[in-house]
Amino acid sequence: MKIVREALAGTMESSDLMVRIAPTEEGLEVSIHSEVMKQFGDQILQVVHATLGAMDVHQGFIIIEDKGALDCVIRARLQSAILRAAEPTEINWEKLL
Amino acid sequence: MNKLRRSMLFLPGANAAMLSTAFIYRPDSIMFDLEDAVALREKDTARLLVFNALQHPMYQDMETVVRINPLNTPFGLPDLEAVVRAGVDVVRLPKTDTPEDIYELESHLERIELACGREVGSTRVMAAIESAIGVINAVSIARSSKRLIGIALAAFDYVMDMQTERGDGTELFYARCAVLHAARAAGIDAFDVVWPDVNDEAGFLREVELIRRMGFNGKSLINPRQIDLLHNAYAPTQHEVDHAKLVIEAAEEGERNGLGVVSLNGKMIDAPIINHAQMVLERAAASGVRR
Repeated sequence: MKIVREALAGTMESSDLMVRIAPTEEGLEVSIHSEVMKQFGDQILQVVHATLGAMDVHQGFIIIEDKGALDCVIRARLQSAILRAAEPTEINWEKLL
Repeated sequence: MNKLRRSMLFLPGANAAMLSTAFIYRPDSIMFDLEDAVALREKDTARLLVFNALQHPMYQDMETVVRINPLNTPFGLPDLEAVVRAGVDVVRLPKTDTPEDIYELESHLERIELACGREVGSTRVMAAIESAIGVINAVSIARSSKRLIGIALAAFDYVMDMQTERGDGTELFYARCAVLHAARAAGIDAFDVVWPDVNDEAGFLREVELIRRMGFNGKSLINPRQIDLLHNAYAPTQHEVDHAKLVIEAAEEGERNGLGVVSLNGKMIDAPIINHAQMVLERAAASGVRR
């Protein structure tokens, strides 16, 4: 999916996260700040990159402020932000499973 | 033993913290709400939160229900596409007025199940009745689909439709009776309305006692604090459990001796009494004895 506009998803409440996305000319840049980076940083990175890969996102600037969200919440907020930032298309739910 | 559905806890679909922790409260069923509890601009993220939460191990050993948006809104069908694929157990259809509403839902469910490889018929349905016409059509709604596990009365829209307001329960009397009879005639469960004032425990317990005696299977809840209160109210007393055990023992002895009808303390024990005793013991096994 191509990121064509800026978008936000999520909140800064505990157990949630805020995802900000913006288009870039080229390349994919991901910035993650988390209260639990020391303990779960590798797992968060794995969820983020797996979600981006499943949605074919290879370009854009993504900032994540994590407040201790579960994997399923990280995936959901990132998917929401990407869908809001991309051109509207029919959602392929199988790709999001 | 039938699935117990005393407590059905509503969770706002857009609230990540509640979605992450609600399983610890162990309601009989957990109901993710994509409809009234979600603001219009958060419908898309709530759908994705629920879609992902449904697949999480924390919700695999508990019955999951999703209240989708009505199918005549832009949100209803995308909700259905998402939650069926995510493995929801039961879809709650709001504002069910006619059996045709259920037929429409069924046709979409079958199409989605076939498309994603889910067994056709495995997604169950609950119809929420929220209007005068829905109450009048309760019997035909309750009989409209093999997928139906139950029908639920929803009070807020219903009392508005009736041009009244929530009070001592008189305003819901006919609707409760109609929904309950429709459910029993169709052999499915019946669920009562939410009690909105979480700080009024006495009022909540009065209403629970009323609907338990009427015969409702349970109640929709909006706060985890109400779960234990509800389960305790649905638990049989020690006296009821002791009596039920005596009934079962007497019935078993009668069967061993080839007697069709037996008596206990001079009272006849027949099939309805034995069935009731079994239900009491099943409830005691699930809820313990009332405190």
